[in-house]
Amino acid sequence: MAGHVFHPGHEELHGVTVVLDLADGRVVVGRYHDTEQGRMRLHDVATHDPAASGVPREEFLRRTLKFGLRTEQKFLAVPAAEVRELTPLGEVAL
Amino acid sequence: MPYDPRLVEPMRDEMRRMGAKELTTVEEVDAALGDPKGTTLVFVNSVCGCAAGNARPALKLALEHGVKPSEVVTVFAGQDLDATGRARQYFADYAPSSPSMALLRDGEVVHFVHRHQIEGRSPQAIAADLTAAFDKHCGAAV
Repeated sequence: MAGHVFHPGHEELHGVTVVLDLADGRVVVGRYHDTEQGRMRLHDVATHDPAASGVPREEFLRRTLKFGLRTEQKFLAVPAAEVRELTPLGEVAL
Repeated sequence: MPYDPRLVEPMRDEMRRMGAKELTTVEEVDAALGDPKGTTLVFVNSVCGCAAGNARPALKLALEHGVKPSEVVTVFAGQDLDATGRARQYFADYAPSSPSMALLRDGEVVHFVHRHQIEGRSPQAIAADLTAAFDKHCGAAV
């Protein structure tokens, strides 16, 4: 890794903003920290519920890609068993 | 809580050496961004090695391009809190993240690089996106 760095040596996704598609349809976006005891731990998180909000997943992600992530929680631990798919936000194709 | 200034000094110095003007107070931010003329790139610096460790070298590479912004300024997120907060008011439509970069032309945001567009990418790839934005928004080659 180039330049001056502070915390090398973590797992590959550490520090990467990821999109978690949950089994119940909700979408969680946050900065991946690690997985410990079956829970994915994220920092600076927003959770979107397409069913409750009426805003489709794709529209939420389109806005997030353009304007960035409006953080709702500083930290969230998501049971890994509830995660149907994990995608780095930078690799989301709409 | 900000890190020990001695620990982040190399990261500040990396920016200064590429010619970026460091803005550490609200007054300095307003002086640099308050008179919206020409093109200015604002680099929001970060201690995070995961992303900023590639973002700074990327900007350095991009600034070697023939077409570039007339001004390059930087604020340090998590360190110079007031200055960073003020700078973000100039691109308030965009959610705060660091590192990130805003390219302003006559005070309007014409290109924004979010943290998620930096993570996991090489400095060369990030620089290529930046130079494309410079070509589009920063006028003729000098």
